[in-house]
Amino acid sequence: MAEETTGIYAGQLSIRKPRSFWVDLAVRLVKEKPLGTVGAAIVLILLIVGIFANFIAPYGYQDGFRVTGAVRLAPMSADYWLGADQLGRDVLSRIIYGARISMFVGLGVSVLSTLISGFIGIISGYVGGKTDLIIQRFVDAWMCFPGIFIMITLMALVGPGIIQVIMVLGILYGITGSRTVRSAVIGIKSNVYLEAARAVGAPTRTILWKHVLPNIMAPIIIVFTSRMGAAILAEASISFLGYGIPEPFPSWGGMINQGRRYFNDALHLAIWPGVALSIVVWGINMLGDAIRDLLDPRLRGGLGRYSGTKKKLSKQLTKRLAEHEQAEQPG
Amino acid sequence: MRAYIIRRILLIIPTLILVSMIVFLTVRLIPGSLIDQLAGEMVEPGGLTKEEIAQQIREDLGLDAPIYIQYLRWVGVWPDKDGSFSGILEGNLGESLRTRRPILGEIVNKIPISLELGIIAILTGLLIAFPIGIYSAIRQDSIGDYAGRSIAILFMAIPGFWLATMVWVFPSKWWGWSPSPVYIPISEDFIGNLAQFIIPGILMGMVMSGVTMRMTRTMLLEVLRQDYIRTAWSKGLRERVVVVRHALKNAMIPVITIIGLQLPVLIGGTVIMEQIFNLPGMGRYMIDSLGARDYSIISGINVMMATVILLANLLVDLTYAWLDPRIRYR
Repeated sequence: MAEETTGIYAGQLSIRKPRSFWVDLAVRLVKEKPLGTVGAAIVLILLIVGIFANFIAPYGYQDGFRVTGAVRLAPMSADYWLGADQLGRDVLSRIIYGARISMFVGLGVSVLSTLISGFIGIISGYVGGKTDLIIQRFVDAWMCFPGIFIMITLMALVGPGIIQVIMVLGILYGITGSRTVRSAVIGIKSNVYLEAARAVGAPTRTILWKHVLPNIMAPIIIVFTSRMGAAILAEASISFLGYGIPEPFPSWGGMINQGRRYFNDALHLAIWPGVALSIVVWGINMLGDAIRDLLDPRLRGGLGRYSGTKKKLSKQLTKRLAEHEQAEQPG
Repeated sequence: MRAYIIRRILLIIPTLILVSMIVFLTVRLIPGSLIDQLAGEMVEPGGLTKEEIAQQIREDLGLDAPIYIQYLRWVGVWPDKDGSFSGILEGNLGESLRTRRPILGEIVNKIPISLELGIIAILTGLLIAFPIGIYSAIRQDSIGDYAGRSIAILFMAIPGFWLATMVWVFPSKWWGWSPSPVYIPISEDFIGNLAQFIIPGILMGMVMSGVTMRMTRTMLLEVLRQDYIRTAWSKGLRERVVVVRHALKNAMIPVITIIGLQLPVLIGGTVIMEQIFNLPGMGRYMIDSLGARDYSIISGINVMMATVILLANLLVDLTYAWLDPRIRYR
């Protein structure tokens, strides 16, 4: 008991420099969530490998046996760490380039779906009433379609390719994710600060940008991270079925599908892309979970951690008030 | 309760209309060239010319009528050219562009296969998820809890299609075993049929169990901290009674929702499992139709699946309301 009390006071009395939201999040991630930190490291490695794929990979993803000098379906060796595929292409190089595809899909889908979720969710939640009712029936309707069925249907219509995958997954996830954003908006809607903003006559645009959006940042970040792993997995699944990213581009899902035809002579073809995929999805899920735990106030325990933010809050408040006064004067 | 049921059922109607519109418009997005291509593939020597077949397909799809009439005809509330009603409401999902067979008949043949797979998956999923999830919660932070949580996380990260590929690949390489290439109907050989379904079913169940396991643990932990659980303990009840009768009953409510929400994932999973394990269910039918570009089948399957999911969600909601009276009176 005594220890706890000192903890609280120590937390309140300690004079900390107010850190930015992101730095604070990162510090708390490393301090409190070891698994989440491992996940963050995996995501970081994915980003680095994805961005610098052409410097890291020993060969190009299209280089056949003429360039690599590998035998068709060569086993794992010192020269070709993960062996070679049916065209003598280096599997390691293809997995490295595959990381670039997964990175693009993961980030692209997350960004697109978060924008769509945010747009639909904020409008539906903030405006409410009939608008909300109508929008929600649309969301209901889209959510009825079983994931892969509607994904491959749309992919078959728009044709294979990375942009198409990002568009299809981004729109589908965006519509589904709008529910989370909507309930977050409804949750803060009755707060006094929104009423106050309305009372001083702030335009709706200002209210949405300056008051609603910053306050639903936590669920939006959660939607963002949770979509990334799902998107990478979904892309691999539809590429596995042959509707995603076409050959010769090395999507991990496509590589597994190709590899399973040669399982008798070259097991490694189907194994390694799956291992890469599992590790990346695991890492992103871990990071997502940790971020959710850190941002969701219901899951956040202990008083000591609020010390840094209280100061920040008052600072933000002063700043926003000043901005308001500025915004008021010309108009 | 009755008012709640009526309200819930009424809310389904606009959703169903929107579902049918989405599917209809998706089919409408078929580029014209695709119809020509389809016609080109269907040309037989001595038969109709490509243009005639294309014209035939357009007439079959009713593409000559205004779009809203096409939609109303497809739904079945507007008379066809011959004056009869034949649409979804009359139980007619249309016919295959290629084989000209009614889609509904084909689907009815294929549903039991996907259903069997789904039931095995749900049962295995729950059999894995509940015991581990409950144990994890009542022995929080024990070694067993950590092991259970690690398993859940692992199941969630491993792609189902890769796991299935591995399960298919290794036994066939080492022991020459491979899944039967032809489907064995349950009426012919029960054991053979079960042997065919059990592996893909268990794999799907494993993939599903991760989420349910975590949900069970979280909800049970939340409930175990409630006051009435403390009361139950202080009455001197045994642990089994406290957990099963008092805690589990209340913790199960959100878990049921999660299971309901997983249904689309489950149905989606059948596509991949049926593809890998050669089962001629709905998923396989879908992939084959997409390969053949038979869009009337594709829209038929999508409408069917969406309706099934919608009804299942309704069922989940009603169960939820029945279990938790607070919901009815909201």
